[in-house]
Amino acid sequence: MSKIIEGLKYSDTHEWVKVEGDIAVIGVTDFAQKEMGEITYVDCPDVDDEFARGEEFGALESVKASSDLYCPVSGTVAEVNDAVVDGPELVNADPFENWIIKVRMSDASELDSLMDADAYRAMIGE
Amino acid sequence: MKYYDKLIFELSREGRTGCSLPSKCDSCAGTDAIPAGLRRAQPAALPEVSEPDVVRHYTALSQMNFGVDSGFYPLGSCTMKYNPKINEEIAAMPAFAALHPLQNDLPGVQAVYEGLDRALAAITGMKHFTFKPCAGAHGELTGLMIIREYHMSRGDMKRTRIIVPDSAHGTNPASAAVCGLEIVEVKSNAGGLVSVDDLKPLLDDTVAGIMMTNPNTLGLFEKDIREIARLVHDAGGLLYYDGANMNPLIGTVRPGDMGFDVMHLNLHKSFSTPHGGGGPGSGPVGVCEKLVPHLGVNVSGFNGNFGVMLRAYAYILMLGRQNVKLCGKLATLGANYIKESLKDVYRLPLTQVCKHEFVFDGLTHDGSCEGRQGATTLDVAKRLLDYGYHAPTIYFPLLFHQAIMIEPTETESKETLDAFIGVMRRIADEAASDPGILQGAPHNTPVSRPDETTAARNPILKFQDA
Amino acid sequence: MMAGFQYFPHTDSDIQAMLKRIGVKSLDDLYADVPEEFIYKGEYDLPDAMTEQEVREFFEGLAAKNPRLKVFAGAGAYDHYTPAVIPYITQRSEFLTAYTPYQCEISQGTLRYIFEYQSMICTLTGMDVSNASMYDGPTAAAESMRMSVAQAKKKNTVLVSSTLHPQVRGVVRTYAEYSGVTVREIASCNGQTSICSLEELMQEGDVAGVIVPSVNRFGIIEDLAGFADIIHAGKALFTVYCDPSALAVVKTPAEWGADVAVGDGQPLGIPLCYGGPYVGFMACRKDYMRKLPGRIVGETRDREGRRAYVLTLQAREQHIRREKATSNICSNESLMALWVTVYLSLMGPEGMRRVNDLCYQRSHYLYSRLLGTGKFEAVFPDAVFLKEFVLKPLVPVRDLQQRLSDAGFFAALETEEGYVSFCVTEKRSIADIDALVNALES
Repeated sequence: MSKIIEGLKYSDTHEWVKVEGDIAVIGVTDFAQKEMGEITYVDCPDVDDEFARGEEFGALESVKASSDLYCPVSGTVAEVNDAVVDGPELVNADPFENWIIKVRMSDASELDSLMDADAYRAMIGE
Repeated sequence: MKYYDKLIFELSREGRTGCSLPSKCDSCAGTDAIPAGLRRAQPAALPEVSEPDVVRHYTALSQMNFGVDSGFYPLGSCTMKYNPKINEEIAAMPAFAALHPLQNDLPGVQAVYEGLDRALAAITGMKHFTFKPCAGAHGELTGLMIIREYHMSRGDMKRTRIIVPDSAHGTNPASAAVCGLEIVEVKSNAGGLVSVDDLKPLLDDTVAGIMMTNPNTLGLFEKDIREIARLVHDAGGLLYYDGANMNPLIGTVRPGDMGFDVMHLNLHKSFSTPHGGGGPGSGPVGVCEKLVPHLGVNVSGFNGNFGVMLRAYAYILMLGRQNVKLCGKLATLGANYIKESLKDVYRLPLTQVCKHEFVFDGLTHDGSCEGRQGATTLDVAKRLLDYGYHAPTIYFPLLFHQAIMIEPTETESKETLDAFIGVMRRIADEAASDPGILQGAPHNTPVSRPDETTAARNPILKFQDA
Repeated sequence: MMAGFQYFPHTDSDIQAMLKRIGVKSLDDLYADVPEEFIYKGEYDLPDAMTEQEVREFFEGLAAKNPRLKVFAGAGAYDHYTPAVIPYITQRSEFLTAYTPYQCEISQGTLRYIFEYQSMICTLTGMDVSNASMYDGPTAAAESMRMSVAQAKKKNTVLVSSTLHPQVRGVVRTYAEYSGVTVREIASCNGQTSICSLEELMQEGDVAGVIVPSVNRFGIIEDLAGFADIIHAGKALFTVYCDPSALAVVKTPAEWGADVAVGDGQPLGIPLCYGGPYVGFMACRKDYMRKLPGRIVGETRDREGRRAYVLTLQAREQHIRREKATSNICSNESLMALWVTVYLSLMGPEGMRRVNDLCYQRSHYLYSRLLGTGKFEAVFPDAVFLKEFVLKPLVPVRDLQQRLSDAGFFAALETEEGYVSFCVTEKRSIADIDALVNALES
């Protein structure tokens, strides 16, 4: 049973979004980290990189797999969490506490197309 | 095999040397005459060791390694056949080894290129080959460049998509991407073959071609190949043959006759040259007549891996037109023999006659029960190492979660196969009664399972990184 | 049924027993799923099977047809001495007949020598990370072109120096053409990469990477001071193409401020062998480790805490990333990496210095003797060369080459500019050099 936090937004590619003003804090879900197993590397973009909604912004790597990360909202990277770059095991330990990037949103209305906790729970079938 | 802990750097003692060189004339200038601004500040930190040190060290390393000469190596899609020793002597002949790549007027070399070209053309049904590619993936890239070149030479600029089956070797889509092609995946049907119905809607005037290996990575012959070739050709595309699986066809079926326009061969698989722990290989690319003008694509420094070509040519000359006919058939015989002997203890998703290789999907009984994890394919593979075998290819193709891909080759005797079958059955028994034996394996190798997660998280990639 | 072939162990009764287990009657029945029209019924156009003795004599016959010339040519392939030890090691069948080290527990030999190889490439180039090897130098340069473009994301031009060997520029161009990358050449000035030309091209923008040689196709040791600043100001990757033998004495790519070092390992004692197998090397700064193509070996511990080696950072590679991989490379040139590792172990720092001293001394001796014949003019009198140099011929090149070849020498390769190049390694004695000059004077 994967942990899901109420009040966050979720994408169908297993990213979560927490809204803080015009900033979207983005991480991966507990379900995603479990599927990956031991994460060995988090490939992050640079600050100021721009992404459209649904565009790849990075990847999670394990010993034998790689999984792309997709930006749930359009915008510009405002901050990258260096802690997960230096310690990818943090994403395994607590995927909600250890966010990956913060994006300054260019169109907050895109949030409406993301899932809420119940919808995401239904999607992963738990 | 015994564990040995040293790196060559750890044997180093200042002042030792392993080389013997003439002295420089003392009155002449040496490299100290080079202006300081062009010289390196510190000498490279190379080891200082004597010749006996070097020989013992690398001999000790070799004793932690397993090759085809050490034992049975049923690694699927890798065609680990015996590597004849005469080929090594021929490749090392000084009269070949001393030739500079830009020398011309070399009739003996010319004869090797022409003879090998003709022999490979005879075996594959292609018209001519280029020998510049240095490996299979390099051959794929070259073949795809030739396909693009062909379309562009006809002013047909919009063919930028390539169809690749979901069962393809990982190099296929990677090579296509490096060649600037967009990959369109075609699904396999329930029988493990390319689905003609799924293929049809993908074909239009943007398709450069399709990459296939036949038999495919499940070891199954794509028996609809005639229809696939017709459809692709009618749509203006070309057919690429991935020669990684050529072994079962040698002496029986020719890709050129099936409608393939371009193909590569892995001389290090099909034609017995040693794999060398991962190269050097050689990946000559053959084409049908209409593509011959495009064979000149420039993908490597000089003339390809000539030393590998010499070995393959020697092997083909010993096969000759008599033995060539049995090569693929005996490989196929061995694969089917193992498959039929183990299908009660390993899950066999596709039961038809296979070619040179086949795929199990894990153990029939993995030993799992309440509170106990069952043995996985990885565990089976690791346990095989304890019994003195190299493991099969595992977790490929991706169509099955617990894939075990077995390819025996024609150079293995019935006794060898029987012994392997016996061990595979014993491992299945062990799994059913105590999967822990497998999960802790290997037990008798120089090292046990290494911690790969730490290796990837905190990379130590050279001496003294630690 | 079978005449007996030494590599096929099957007896008739073996075949019958195996067919019976499978449940088919004949070997042909194993191909019942192949449409009849595709079963080849003709006679294969191959010679009659040869015996081992016949095949040996066949190749001895072919070998004898090639003239045996003393090589005074380089142009990217160098005739250095091969210590006797090396083939004895590389021919050990545990190394020779192994596959890529997928099963690490029984491949510690391969993995450990690759780790040593990576360490040696790092100390030669000054870089932080080396991969397990590439096909050859030119393909390694092409991979650095692709890596530069991947790293830069939205830029699509790569600059190559016109002083790189033509085969390096050629292969980079081939790879670039199909990747949609534009390749532009940096002009040369006095036999070296022109820093002015570099600056102009950088100012035009869109540059993802720059590839320049350390010792160039004229044999000249380039002065790359200032290059890194210009290239990095344009946010491009700086790659230096180098001769690893020369790196024992000349400034390293790291010292020039480069991000990537590539080249061909052939000068490290690999026989010329008409162009291959050789081995490409590729190393980079730590920042770009995750973008480096090819296999990489790393150190870790096994369950008992013993030092063990594994293929690592595999998530970059084609078998996992498929079309998203940084490269399609699968095989490296592992056995040739072992070859150069053993070579460098035997030579050590002192041996490598002496090889370069001998090359320097003897090539300069040939240079002055050739100028003394009156048949050549100096082209770059102020340049510093190591073992290879070019001269302007005052006689027709064809005559010169023919005369040398008749006297048993392979030398005086013609460059794009109509110069001729000569190369002298430690294998060529002073007596050999005198004989070459005499052949021109007689």
